[in-house]
Amino acid sequence: MRGNGFWLAAAAFISAAYGLTVFATNDYVFFAGYIILQFMVLATAWNILGGYAGYVNFGTNAFFGLGVYTAVFMAKAFGAPLLLQILVAGLVGAVLGFAVGLLTLRMHGIFFSIATIAMSIIIETFIINWKFVGGASGVQLLRPPPTAPFDSYIRMLFVIAAVMVVLAVAVARYVQNSWIGRGLRAVRDDEIAAECTGVPTLQLKLLACSISGFFLCAMGAPAAMYLQYADPASAFNLNYSVSALAMSLIGGTAHWIGPLLGALLLASTQQLLTVTISSEVNVLVLGLMLVLFVVGAPDGLIGLYRRFFKPKSSDPSGGSSAP
Amino acid sequence: MFSFELLLDAVVLGLLLGCFYAAVSIGLSVSFGLLDVPHVAHPAFLVLASYGTYFLSEYGIDPIIAGLLLTPVFFVLGLGMYRLYYETFEKRGSDAGVRGIAFFFGIAFIIEVAIILLFGVDQRSVQAPYIGKSIDILSLRIPLRLVVAFIVALLLTLILTLYLSRTFTGRTIRAVAQDADALRLMGANPIATKQWAFGIATGVLGIAGALLIIVQPVEPTLDRAYIGRTFCVVVMAGLGSMSGTLLAGLILGVAESIVLTLYGASWAPAISFAMLLAVLAVRPQGLFGR
Repeated sequence: MRGNGFWLAAAAFISAAYGLTVFATNDYVFFAGYIILQFMVLATAWNILGGYAGYVNFGTNAFFGLGVYTAVFMAKAFGAPLLLQILVAGLVGAVLGFAVGLLTLRMHGIFFSIATIAMSIIIETFIINWKFVGGASGVQLLRPPPTAPFDSYIRMLFVIAAVMVVLAVAVARYVQNSWIGRGLRAVRDDEIAAECTGVPTLQLKLLACSISGFFLCAMGAPAAMYLQYADPASAFNLNYSVSALAMSLIGGTAHWIGPLLGALLLASTQQLLTVTISSEVNVLVLGLMLVLFVVGAPDGLIGLYRRFFKPKSSDPSGGSSAP
Repeated sequence: MFSFELLLDAVVLGLLLGCFYAAVSIGLSVSFGLLDVPHVAHPAFLVLASYGTYFLSEYGIDPIIAGLLLTPVFFVLGLGMYRLYYETFEKRGSDAGVRGIAFFFGIAFIIEVAIILLFGVDQRSVQAPYIGKSIDILSLRIPLRLVVAFIVALLLTLILTLYLSRTFTGRTIRAVAQDADALRLMGANPIATKQWAFGIATGVLGIAGALLIIVQPVEPTLDRAYIGRTFCVVVMAGLGSMSGTLLAGLILGVAESIVLTLYGASWAPAISFAMLLAVLAVRPQGLFGR
């Protein structure tokens, strides 16, 4: 029953997104909405590794930026259509994710995080020195005409982002509820104990890294066409890394709905503030919310919900609810 | 293109720069290396100190003096930061890893925006008699600002090394890094010791920030570039090793400088990180690991 409910909600979500593109008159809705959907995907994908397995990846910007530049390369070299760009970016991301997964062999905790920061700067440096995709000064992109049934490109991107949200959440939900999620949670709680009891920790971590990398990178691809411009400094901005992490923590990392809620809350607030005040306040809100939630509500919105609304007896599966 | 003199020039500049890198990292070597606090906001405090120096220098105070004046302020700031961190994470014993890093990233972003709101996004620099001049030794032309930074950085590193190895409090700090429970049994208070150490780690940033703005103009988001450099130095040094920090800083400085000379500025940023990855992969405990 619950499974059907999820797919019904997903179908309703995509239909609503498509309906909006047909009936809404103001294009700004789609510019702002696209960013919110984008962060939903990033946070959900980040959480597959960071939340379930407890490996804090600070290289979200590396994956995202690589996705942007995969799209730029595909568009410039072959004139590839958008969907192909997204798919190839996803595959590139999965390969990079696999490589990051290999790092977990030797590194845990903050060392893993530092290594992912290092990786993102190295990749950014290579892109800066790659003249074909524009180097440090960036590259202008021309949008091709939108594909039917859409009459404007931004509306098409909006629906694509909505579909990607559904795909990412469906995969995150599957991972969470299957043997993969159980294994990852065992890795998070005590990796050595998990290894000793026969959990295939390396395979699980490689799988989680690849899945996470696939979506992080795939979401970068349409961003190139969204901005019609790509430059290394903004494609590899550290804000993507911190946002993905912050949204997951603010929502709660234990359940797939957490990053979704966190992204919705934080990204919409940021969109509102960008319009009404300034983009610096954006970063301030990100910092303040991060500190407030980490200090005041360590388990995020999910934790708050469990503490205040859930009767004590109804949570037999997870030991993580507040005492 | 390649010439011996060019290389020698790069090595000398790299040594000067490396000493500066050691100076900006040594605080992190205490807070992250010895106390295991994932202090990613360390470079943000560094840039904050640079802006403090800039602010004071507007009143005609020499940057180095300004840095010394800032040190007690940052020391108190550090005491407060550790208290907050302790009450939030260490006392609860809740998985400080993820949330600790997130907490400090939040702090870093708040500092960035605070600087932007106070000083704007433009680059800032300071004036002093030794900035902009250079001295000629043999065939080498060395900017005097790097020499000043080099001397101050060397002094700073030496003083901190001596403090941690010769004084009673310094040894207590190293003891708390080794075994906090044993320290408690000896009748010392590990929390107070850690707080004191974190205060020192942050206080040192007062001078380091002054050095930063002497060496290069600062802008509010400069801390992001220094996250990699400082952590690289500390991890390469081996956690908590002060002499290792100096050596790792020198290695990083020389490597960056050589790449800068031979391949150009656009490749230089990747060097610190490539070295960091290599160190993490091959020798995770660093050169002088504990």
